[in-house]
Amino acid sequence: MKKAAVLGVGQTRHRSKRTDVSMGGLCREAADRALADAGLTMNDIDAVVVGKAPDLFEGVMIPELYLADALGAVGKPLLRVHTAGSVGGATGIVTASLVQAGVHRRVLAVAWEKQSESNAMWALSIAHPFSVAVVAGAGGYFAPHIRAYIRRSGAPSHIGAMVAAKDRRNGARNPFAHLQQADMTMEKVLAGPLVWDPVHYDESCPSSDGACAVIIGDEDAAEATRQSGRPVAWIRATAMRTEPTMFAGKDPVNPAAGVACAADLWRKAGITSPIDEIDAAEIYVPFSWYEPMWLENLGFAAPGEGWRLTEAGETEIGGRIPVNASGGVLSSNPIGASGLIRFAESALQVMGKAGEHQVPGARTALGHAYGGGSQYFSMWVVASTP
Amino acid sequence: MTTDVAVIGFAQSTIGIRDDSTTGGVEMLSPLFREVYAQTGLTRRDIGFWCSGSSDYLAGRAFSFVQAVDAIGASPPIMESHVEMDGAWALYEAWVKILTGEVDTALVYGFGKSSGAELNRVLALQLDPYLLAPLWPDAMSVAALQARLGIEAGLWTEKDMAQVAARSLASAVSNPRAQVCDDGASIESLLARPYVADPLRAHDCAPVGDGAAVVILASADKARELCQRPAWITWFGHRIESASLGARDLTTLAPLGPQGKPVEVAELHAPFSHQELILREALAPSVTGETEVNPSGGALAGNPMFAAGLARIGYAAQAIMTGRARTALGHATGGPALQQNLVCTMEGRQS
Repeated sequence: MKKAAVLGVGQTRHRSKRTDVSMGGLCREAADRALADAGLTMNDIDAVVVGKAPDLFEGVMIPELYLADALGAVGKPLLRVHTAGSVGGATGIVTASLVQAGVHRRVLAVAWEKQSESNAMWALSIAHPFSVAVVAGAGGYFAPHIRAYIRRSGAPSHIGAMVAAKDRRNGARNPFAHLQQADMTMEKVLAGPLVWDPVHYDESCPSSDGACAVIIGDEDAAEATRQSGRPVAWIRATAMRTEPTMFAGKDPVNPAAGVACAADLWRKAGITSPIDEIDAAEIYVPFSWYEPMWLENLGFAAPGEGWRLTEAGETEIGGRIPVNASGGVLSSNPIGASGLIRFAESALQVMGKAGEHQVPGARTALGHAYGGGSQYFSMWVVASTP
Repeated sequence: MTTDVAVIGFAQSTIGIRDDSTTGGVEMLSPLFREVYAQTGLTRRDIGFWCSGSSDYLAGRAFSFVQAVDAIGASPPIMESHVEMDGAWALYEAWVKILTGEVDTALVYGFGKSSGAELNRVLALQLDPYLLAPLWPDAMSVAALQARLGIEAGLWTEKDMAQVAARSLASAVSNPRAQVCDDGASIESLLARPYVADPLRAHDCAPVGDGAAVVILASADKARELCQRPAWITWFGHRIESASLGARDLTTLAPLGPQGKPVEVAELHAPFSHQELILREALAPSVTGETEVNPSGGALAGNPMFAAGLARIGYAAQAIMTGRARTALGHATGGPALQQNLVCTMEGRQS
């Protein structure tokens, strides 16, 4: 496998309604920023990979057909990835593999969602033949699994609010984050309305319009980028895993697919003690309690112990394992883009370009995404050296 | 790219209005998985990577591909991905995955229940959502404009189109999984039939049908071990054209594929008869007058959306695996008026 590196990253300023741009304009904004970040133009790009959650979220069938012009893809190969909520991460991995396989030198990944064009709750709740309609949206689906986690681990009830307050405060350090809430506290989170027991309003992700773009290149392309005075983030390992939504033996609190994905990732990256070897983690946490749940699923803590890291402040910037220094999904959630934002933010950390939310001295970072009924996982490890 | 990759298995469902199948694809896919396992001797636990192609809009719901995973039996968890495109592009992603060296086998599937709604109108939602889709130009009307432009430019005639249809329907007689076939239709009788979207007649348009297709890929060592005559991939690539129907010449495509030596068999994904004529031009010199085109009957004999392109590559590979041809080409298309095109060429080798 050939070496691959992130050459540049771009994001939109995520908001609930980007009425100032079309879907094409939104994606182009992120792509242009990534190209500028890498010092490249569209002419330097060999292929484009687009990621997005269900087409029903905007009401456009296979929208990248229409986006081909805005993305500079005309006359080039264009792939559209869709793996539920993990799609942003899967988009990063497919893009990396095009370079790792030696098929292309520089590939542009763009993941996006413009939720204001349609209604995600509706799109997720359509009844279909021969299946039980959940009609719960995402929050209603995940809340029972969170309650099961609390019962199993014996975690105190305020842990989720601690995560939410931390992520919102981190988001205020990130100029691209949708929610800017520098003064958020655990008390304020707990004082808010309970939406899906035990998830309070501020423990849930927002609904955002936004796009993220990442340019991945081979060793020569990375060297050229470095020569122009720009740092790159080397992709040390990628991993993906899938399991069915429901089957006898499924553990939605600590899914086997996540455990297997993490084990594969750490093995490929040569990491034996994640908490000691990962300097910054961007983990897909759409509902606050998923921070301790995924810390365990990923192997940063033993089962039932993840909440102790959160409670001790170890997931803050400056802690043992800073989680979501960017503000995470709890601060911005353009669904299809959210996974790629995690991957991009992990790259920014090891490039030393995360600005106000930089984890000091970060050299190795994790990007993580999950989707469906906690059944799709995609992850990567990036580092400042190959 | 020095790693050799080959197609070693292929199965395609019977195409038609499948009342026995839901939009999730499980009922159509499960028997096909059994078929390719039997062909290769592999089991689901031997598959290194899974990749699929399908469309939520066809299914009328979000996450239709998630349900399809139930056909696999993905416990313990699998390495899997999905494209919102024809399964042919899933095959491309799987080919790339094998080239990275991470895995040595991949199972790729595409599925679509085209009859779930009014396909002709659903496909209008693939157009520019702000300026074109609100006018609901249906798929046949867009294709008819393309056909008309070519006729007026003197590039082809309605008779040329009828000849494509007659040959496809006659070839489909020997394909038990085709949706329609007819070995008795004369050009004159076809031209006497009414238009459905002038200048297109019913036989110029692919029938609406449900179906699925499955292909197994393997790296060099695995392919030699599991298959007597693997279909070795010699070229694999794809390209997208502008979405603006007025900004591109709809009657031609820039050269597609390897532009190498002629192939013996070509399976072209042309959902409308005139599109085969456009593709033949773009694929020259690979596809010549000597090339046997669409011996399966092609898309005009059965076009299960999001599976038909993958099936074209499967049929092309099958011609090599059965020893009927030494070289073959498979093509897939996506989007309106041949907007997106993929080409895979394969060859048989002396073992």
